[in-house]
Amino acid sequence: MWALIVKEFRQMRRDRRTLALMIVMPIVLLVVLGYAASFDVHSIPTVVAGPQARPVTPQLHKPLDVTRIEPAKGLAWALSELRDGKAVVAIVTGAPRPAVLVDGTQLFAARTALTALSSFSRSSSGTSAAAPGQSPPLPAAVHILYNPELKTSDIMIPGIPGIVLVFVGTVITSLGVVRERETGTLEQLAVMPFRPRDVFFGKIVPYFAVATADLAIVIAVGVAIFGVPFRGSMGVFALGALLFLFATLGMGVLISSVSENQGQAVQLAMMTMLPQVLLSGLIFPLSSIVAGVRWIAYFLPLTYFTQISRGVMLRAEPITALWQPFVYLAVLGTVVLFLATLRFRSYLSPAPHARMPRRRMGSDSDAAETALAGSRDRK
Amino acid sequence: MTAAGRAHSAARETAARETDDGGQEPGAEEWGTNMLSVRYGAVLALDRVTLRAVPGEITAVVGGDGAGRTTLLRCVSGLVGASEGEIRTPGLRQIGYLQADTGMYPDLSVEENLAFRATAFGVEPAAAGQRVNDLLERTGLAAWRQRLVRQLSGGMRKKLGVIAVLLHHPKLLLFDEPTTGVDPVSRADLWWLIAHAAAEGAAIVMSTSYLDEAERATSVLVLDAGREVAAGTPDEIVAAVPGAICVLNARPRQDQQKMAWRRGRQWRLWCPDGNCPAADADTPAERGQAQARIQPDLQDAVTVAVLARELDTARDGQLSNATAKGGVR
Repeated sequence: MWALIVKEFRQMRRDRRTLALMIVMPIVLLVVLGYAASFDVHSIPTVVAGPQARPVTPQLHKPLDVTRIEPAKGLAWALSELRDGKAVVAIVTGAPRPAVLVDGTQLFAARTALTALSSFSRSSSGTSAAAPGQSPPLPAAVHILYNPELKTSDIMIPGIPGIVLVFVGTVITSLGVVRERETGTLEQLAVMPFRPRDVFFGKIVPYFAVATADLAIVIAVGVAIFGVPFRGSMGVFALGALLFLFATLGMGVLISSVSENQGQAVQLAMMTMLPQVLLSGLIFPLSSIVAGVRWIAYFLPLTYFTQISRGVMLRAEPITALWQPFVYLAVLGTVVLFLATLRFRSYLSPAPHARMPRRRMGSDSDAAETALAGSRDRK
Repeated sequence: MTAAGRAHSAARETAARETDDGGQEPGAEEWGTNMLSVRYGAVLALDRVTLRAVPGEITAVVGGDGAGRTTLLRCVSGLVGASEGEIRTPGLRQIGYLQADTGMYPDLSVEENLAFRATAFGVEPAAAGQRVNDLLERTGLAAWRQRLVRQLSGGMRKKLGVIAVLLHHPKLLLFDEPTTGVDPVSRADLWWLIAHAAAEGAAIVMSTSYLDEAERATSVLVLDAGREVAAGTPDEIVAAVPGAICVLNARPRQDQQKMAWRRGRQWRLWCPDGNCPAADADTPAERGQAQARIQPDLQDAVTVAVLARELDTARDGQLSNATAKGGVR
């Protein structure tokens, strides 16, 4: 048994990546998730409109955070602010009683807002007899928009295609490409009359097709079985999904080109998948994540896809309101795809130096590694 | 990248973009390498190796483990870049390279693997179908067409690999150990395929660890530690053996061991100076060992070529050591 234990440790030492993963990953996860895992909403973006906007505002306090006061504007403006995700609560004064509009797609913020609003109303009715000239007590009529029953499925299902696409795009693609390396078939591809680009797209197009079919199925099932509304434009959604797929497929190829075998590819893919699921705002509201960890979310394509998919499906956001996630997604996708093609090209091209670009800018230790790789090549 | 490397990859790109003929004249052209060196970081994997691949001929590349056979073939196929020297190939489309593990898709059937290759090389489906039928029939694989490659035996897999690289009628064929680990019957099939391709005019380079196979080749290149130690036709290599080889009828003595090797039940000894232990030798031990001098075969010749190289290296080492010591004094 002792021999087995020693052998196991030897092997573990060879596979540094797994070792690092075993030691570092739990710590990172604990820290990241510890700070990220919070449903508590401390600040709710609120806009106030209508003629009595200014007098009403002082009555609003934490967690309602008044971001804009527009006495000259009315209901239409308030609705568009909510639809475009600029605010979670909008208070429209003017009618005999002010109307409070809450964006039901921001589930946790909406719930917190409702609790806060009901406590205001209790306290204001307690001190009831409002002196003449004083602003009317809050609140009057509360309308929850987009997700009136505050159903969890309504906000989760638009995010699920994202997870499905991350899974197909990153995990399955990386496996598909690295398998070619493991079985030695990549070498045959490299001596066939294909350009690196042909191989790259030849590898990702099938996964792209499967992921697209997956997406359609998940949306259809969500709408048909869970009654999730699809209020916005199919085209805007499709464009978002396309950009998102490019980013995730590129990530898959990138992962496979730095992995020696399927095991390593799965490890790396999981490492990118877990934070995407947990930090993208899909489960925990982005605003609840501590700023020190939240920045990670801005490098994750799923963050933007979740915004697009919820915006389009639930609030019918037009593309003009979603330009920011679209731009970020496009930038992320381009960078990832560029890196992936670059890696992939060197993966397939001749020249020992070009084949190992990671070791190209060689110091002495790099040279030794290259030599090792070389002797492996020579069998 | 060196100029040679650049030229090579440029050729690859051109071949990838252009037509079937790769822009080369058919027939008479001779492929191969000239003073090719490949460096992996600090390790010199190939040191000024010259390989000739002549249409219609089979060149066997032989050598021990780590001799550089695979690197040489990979370099000619374009998988590895040259550090120095020159490579002449007919272009990617006209090369068929079979790696030692064949590189066939284990989860595709025999037919599917062949169909993929035929399409990749732009072979007419009808022509490909005919050729596939002929070759599968001839090598006894026809009954296994629907089998997944991972279910095939090692020998069948090798045969499939060879058929696959023959599909597009390449002008230059590179086989890395096509017959290693294959039973004698399958080996005969493989040789039929290879010899047939040569008869059709392809230039063939194959690495092998079986010297009886190398004897069938038109010419042989012997590598040791990345260097060329002998080259020529099998007869030329045998004729070039320096000194003499004799068969010992007893175990070699301690001082002879570096120059002796076992063949079947016998020991053979290389005597660089041509003086074999004789029956009228001074010591009884030497007299006891005495055996007739023999006419070497290719296996002996290759062994001697490698031993001679080691002897040279050792001498050079001693020389440079001595010089270094002299310098210190």
